[in-house]
Amino acid sequence: MAALSLLDWALDGLLALLLLWLAWRTLSTPALFQAVVLFIGFGLVLALVWARLYALDVALAEMAIGAGVTGALLLAALVRLEPPIGRGRHPARDDEQDDNG
Amino acid sequence: MAEPPNKDGGGRRTVPDRTKTPGSVPAHRALPAAARALLALLMLGLFGGLAMAVLSLSEPAPGLAAAVAEHLAASGVDHPVTAVLLNFRGYDTLLEMVVLLLALVGVWSVGRARGCAGHAPGPLLRQLPRLLAPLMVLVAGYLLWVGAHAPGGAFQAGSLLGGVGILLCLSGQPLPRWADGPVLRLAALLGVAVFALLGVAVVLLPDGAPLAWPPALAKHLILTIELAAMLSIGVILAALFTGGRP
Repeated sequence: MAALSLLDWALDGLLALLLLWLAWRTLSTPALFQAVVLFIGFGLVLALVWARLYALDVALAEMAIGAGVTGALLLAALVRLEPPIGRGRHPARDDEQDDNG
Repeated sequence: MAEPPNKDGGGRRTVPDRTKTPGSVPAHRALPAAARALLALLMLGLFGGLAMAVLSLSEPAPGLAAAVAEHLAASGVDHPVTAVLLNFRGYDTLLEMVVLLLALVGVWSVGRARGCAGHAPGPLLRQLPRLLAPLMVLVAGYLLWVGAHAPGGAFQAGSLLGGVGILLCLSGQPLPRWADGPVLRLAALLGVAVFALLGVAVVLLPDGAPLAWPPALAKHLILTIELAAMLSIGVILAALFTGGRP
């Protein structure tokens, strides 16, 4: 029992640290494409945290809307940014960047 | 795929590049050291305050869980979250749907859609949706149905449908002609329309009030609303992704 609760604590602590680290990386990374990918990863870990809190409805919504659709919307917005900001390495812009990079 | 090896492929290789790219944010040079220290101090204070607030919360947390459990039988569903979202707090959910619709109107008023893919989709992206889309639609229907007695519901199911739309759009599948004009607008409107119409219609019942579902009909009303809401949410999210009027 004690070992089980220790495992729970370790898991929760790991998730919390991972969440904070992902949040920090998302905000501090200069490349917007990486930031969006990190944001999606952040959303997925956050969904796991909600699941650990037994808030399965919120976990599902976070996974589908927070990570999935918002991530897709951010990527779509990134494609539309002119000129490409922050070395966005999405395939649509690769040929342009190859010229000057 | 065909990237030169020295492009910023790894996580940290981007840093030397940022002087070259005009728009990139020089994350670590924006503020002088003193201002950053002050900011860190402020953030630390904020964190401490929040931590104290969280630690001083009463245990068990006060809430309406007991009241919800007490009236769950009259809500028409067995899952408390769905009961709150679609019955006890139907107003909030209705207005959330309106917010989504307004967001779509806002995006549509900015310009026309430019299509999803900036380049031709590869063979994987062309074929994958044929396998995934039917499965995702099935899972969306399951999530909607299971929402009556377990975690799930219209928003989760709708965002899965939106994912199907995004996937099809990315893989270059054109919208069928019949679905392009009024049908698309009608589908986006359906959730708010059905919710609002039913919410007003129950006033006509004996001792009815707006959005107060009679217990005998509640299950069917909620399922109808959720079905319409799921379709609308899916259509709206996919349409938001295309980024403009069709």
